[in-house]
Amino acid sequence: MDLTDQQQDLRRAVRELAASFDEDYWLRHDAESAFPWEFYHAFADAGWLGIAIPEEYGGGGLGVLEASLMLEEVAASGAAMNGCSPMHLTIFGLNTVVRHGSQALRAEVLPPAATGELHVCFGVTEPDAGTDTTRISTRAVRDGDEYVLTGRKVWITKAGESQKMLVLTRTTPRDEVDKPTHGLTLFLVDLDDDAVHLTAIPKMGRNAVTSYEVVLDGLRTPAATRVGEEGQGFRILLDGLNPERILLAHEALGIGRAAIRRAVGYARERIVFDRPIGANQGIAFPLAEAVTRLDAAELMARHAAMRYDAGHDVGREANMAKWLCADAGFAAADAAVQTHGGMGYAREFHVERYFREARLMRLAPISQEMVLNYVSQHVLGLPRSY
Amino acid sequence: MKVLVPVKRVPDTAGEKKIDPNDRTVDRESVESVLCPVNEFAIEEAMRLKEQQDAEVTVLLVGPESAQPVVRKALSYGLDAGVQVVDDAVVGSDALGTAEVLAKALAAEEFDLVIFGNQSTDARTCLVPAAVAEILGLPALTYARHLEIDGDQITVHREHEEGWDVVESSLPAVVSVVEAINEPRYPSFKGIMAAKSKPLEVRSLDDLDVDTSRVGSDNAAAIMYEFRDRPPKEPGTIVEDDGSGAAATQLADWLVEKKFV
Ligand SMILES: Cc1cc2nc3c(=O)[nH]c(=O)nc-3n(C[C@H](O)[C@H](O)[C@H](O)COP(=O)(O)OP(=O)(O)OC[C@H]3O[C@@H](n4cnc5c(N)ncnc54)[C@H](O)[C@@H]3O)c2cc1C
Repeated sequence: MDLTDQQQDLRRAVRELAASFDEDYWLRHDAESAFPWEFYHAFADAGWLGIAIPEEYGGGGLGVLEASLMLEEVAASGAAMNGCSPMHLTIFGLNTVVRHGSQALRAEVLPPAATGELHVCFGVTEPDAGTDTTRISTRAVRDGDEYVLTGRKVWITKAGESQKMLVLTRTTPRDEVDKPTHGLTLFLVDLDDDAVHLTAIPKMGRNAVTSYEVVLDGLRTPAATRVGEEGQGFRILLDGLNPERILLAHEALGIGRAAIRRAVGYARERIVFDRPIGANQGIAFPLAEAVTRLDAAELMARHAAMRYDAGHDVGREANMAKWLCADAGFAAADAAVQTHGGMGYAREFHVERYFREARLMRLAPISQEMVLNYVSQHVLGLPRSY
Repeated sequence: MKVLVPVKRVPDTAGEKKIDPNDRTVDRESVESVLCPVNEFAIEEAMRLKEQQDAEVTVLLVGPESAQPVVRKALSYGLDAGVQVVDDAVVGSDALGTAEVLAKALAAEEFDLVIFGNQSTDARTCLVPAAVAEILGLPALTYARHLEIDGDQITVHREHEEGWDVVESSLPAVVSVVEAINEPRYPSFKGIMAAKSKPLEVRSLDDLDVDTSRVGSDNAAAIMYEFRDRPPKEPGTIVEDDGSGAAATQLADWLVEKKFV
């Protein structure tokens, strides 16, 4: 599973660029809930945002492995999710538009996304439909050449900084379709509209990047902004799930690496009872265990990425990678806090920030439980539980 | 305009370096090898000439085949082509031996300007740029903190302890730059992707007609007889403030004593 020279070069370059934003930069932006524009522009200007967008639209045309290595390095620099989330969707999320969008839509959206000028957010979750996606109630009703969208989305990350939102709607009511997954439709709508209302959601962590409640109050969008066929939205979303999980796995891995780096540094230097605390196995073993788990999780994540890029079905590997990395990342962050003692709770040592962000990886965008549901059903062949 | 930027592979500047007691060279296994950070300032200056005056920039490296990633790294900043001199006979050369090889390699190219970093972060001799200029019989404009090209004239601000001198010469010339000269960019994504397909020529000492009696460890004029680990850092002086204002006087005295003010 060796990386090619080029993959190593790319990774090293991301590491160097990300390192020019130190941990205090992230501490400050997290504390002030300030979007990391300087960081975003540094990556956009150097062309990184288009890494996985096809070359014909000005991107680099690389695979999910390179995209994952990039986001892992960003996370590991200490940027954690505050650094990954601003870029995450552009890096691979527009794959749905690449694969299912019309020629005109691709030509309009992908080039400015690749340069980083265009910000897109992703609107699926609703107050009454998170895990159970088919229960969404945001309606899109056809009216001539337009659709009229009405409904309420929650947790929409970066909606306030985005010009567009990729939004899942229901075009045919749930009780009028054969299967609940039918009758859903995806649009790429403009957010700069009086019919769109945003409210920031105060939250536990990753505070440099705000998530919003987004109310669509009769938003009119041209039929040409539809991504794929009417009624096919769910199937199109499924297409993007595996690469999404692979990316997230690597981001979680990166947070774990950042936490371990801090913890090991502290364990070497902090003297208690006349010796470095790292000399105590009670401190050393949890860190040794954490890095062992990270390394194992990394293997699964890389394996999933390589197989996806080689064109294989990776439902099993992508889900397992997401579960393992989210788990290992959190365990590492927790061990890092414990290593710091009381200082682990102080912002200036950064590990509490990693802890808060690593916690997120077990919840969203897909919970650990839903990953295990997938494995139970599709790997073990057990009956579906929901 | 044609510009050549000689670059060096060095052990990671921030890493703990070890010397191999057998041959008294840096143990390359013990620490990651990187493009010398001072070269990044030379590359940045060359890139500016490329952007402003359409200069064609070639990077030159003397070093084993395993140093090729460093050439590729240099190319990833946007330079046009690479030349690498690979020859076992170079191993162990001192600054003068290296200058001999570099001068021959440069003489084999067409150029208007050579831009060196003023020193490498491993040896820090600062000898090579001037030695190369001397061998080539070209003007040496060293320690440049500012550089301007106007037609076939070059002007640099040569840094020294009290400020800088304005030094001018005609081209072709050899300059070495100091870190104050610019703020190096990071390689772009596209630059890294393109680096692989840039032309890279490999030359031997034979190809370059280098007199091998002047290179290699056997012919080095500088010989290392002994080496020691860096002594541990001495603890600093702590001036305690007891509220009486005496600390300020103490601090001022200390600064005067150390000739900082
Ligand atoms: C910081 C943050 C950013 C986000 N950004 C976005 C975004 O940009 N766009 C977007 O669309 N969404 C976003 N989300 C929403 C996220 O995707 C959802 O929170 C997630 O999908 C879970 O949905 P839910 O919150 O409705 O949980 P629920 O569906 O209410 O589930 C609650 C709990 O019950 C468990 N559970 C439910 N059913 C089962 C079952 N059958 N078996 C076992 N366990 C079960 C779940 O695993 C979970 O632990 C974000 C969330 C957060 C916290």
